[in-house]
Amino acid sequence: MHGPETLSSETALLAALRSGDEDAFSALVDAYGAAMHRVALMFVRSRAVADEVVQEAWLGALRGLDRFEGRSSLRTWLLRIVANIARTHAVREARSVPFSSVELAREVAEREPALPADRFQGPDEPHPARWASFPVPWPAEPDSALLSAETRKVIADTIAGLPDGQRIVISLRDVEGWDSAEVCSVLELSETNQRVLLHRARSKVRAALERYLITEPA
Amino acid sequence: MNDEFSCQEMTEVVTSYLDDALSPDEQQRYERHLSYCVGCSTYLEQMRETIRQTGMVPREESLPRALRDEIVAQFRKLKRD
Repeated sequence: MHGPETLSSETALLAALRSGDEDAFSALVDAYGAAMHRVALMFVRSRAVADEVVQEAWLGALRGLDRFEGRSSLRTWLLRIVANIARTHAVREARSVPFSSVELAREVAEREPALPADRFQGPDEPHPARWASFPVPWPAEPDSALLSAETRKVIADTIAGLPDGQRIVISLRDVEGWDSAEVCSVLELSETNQRVLLHRARSKVRAALERYLITEPA
Repeated sequence: MNDEFSCQEMTEVVTSYLDDALSPDEQQRYERHLSYCVGCSTYLEQMRETIRQTGMVPREESLPRALRDEIVAQFRKLKRD
C-alpha cells in the first residue's frame, strides 16, 4: 500500500492531476470514489446527502491539490476530506455531534460491559467473575452460502442500530478493513477512544450472532 | 495467583489483545488464562469469527454511474474556469 511503486505512481498521478489530465482524474475517482461514498453513507443517513458530500469532497480535493504535501497517501488524504465533510453534514442533520470531544468523553466514561453481569458468577458464588456457564460453541457449518448470507444480514442490521461512534468505527475497521492508525487519523480519535468504541461495537455484534446462531439458551 | 485475569476481565480486554495493544505482561496473563479456560478460548474464537464475518458484509463496490459522471464533469468545468 505504501511501497515504492505506490509512491512513484502517486507522484506521477499527482503531476498528471495538477496538469489537468482528465484520464488521471477518472482513474482516481474509479480507485477511491466508492470507498469515499461508503464513508459518507456511514455518517449521513440519506443517499442524496451522501452523494452531495462526495461531490463536495472531490471539489475540495481538486482545490486543495496544490497544498497536498504527500505526508499521507492520497487515499488517506481523500478519505479524511470526505469524513470531515460528512461529519459537518451529519452535525447539521442531527441533534448530537458525533465525535465532538464532549460527546466522546461522555460515551467513553460511561460504563458499558461487554456482556451482562449474569453471564458470570456473582460475588457470593464459588468462583466470582468466572463464566456462569461457558459460551456455547457456534455451529461449524456457516460455510453454507445461505447461512452465511443470513449471518451477514444479522451483522449488518446490528451495526446499523449502533450508536454513531460505534457504528462508524466498526464499519471502518471491520467492514472496510482499515487499520487502527488510519481510522484514528481520519476520524481524529485517540487510539484508546477508537478501541473503546470498537470493543463495544464488536461485543454487541458477537452477542447478536450468538443469539442468532444458538437457538437454545446456554 | 491474584493477578490472573478473571473470565469477565478477559471479555473486556479481548479487543486490546487482538489489536496487540496489551502490555507484554498483560498479554502473557491473557494467554495463560486461555490455556486453562475453555470458555474464554471459545469466546476469543467467536470474536475472531465475528470479525471475519463482518469483513464479508456486502458493500457497494462502485460509485453510482450518474454520480461518477457528475464528478468528472465537475473536473472539466473546473479546468475550463
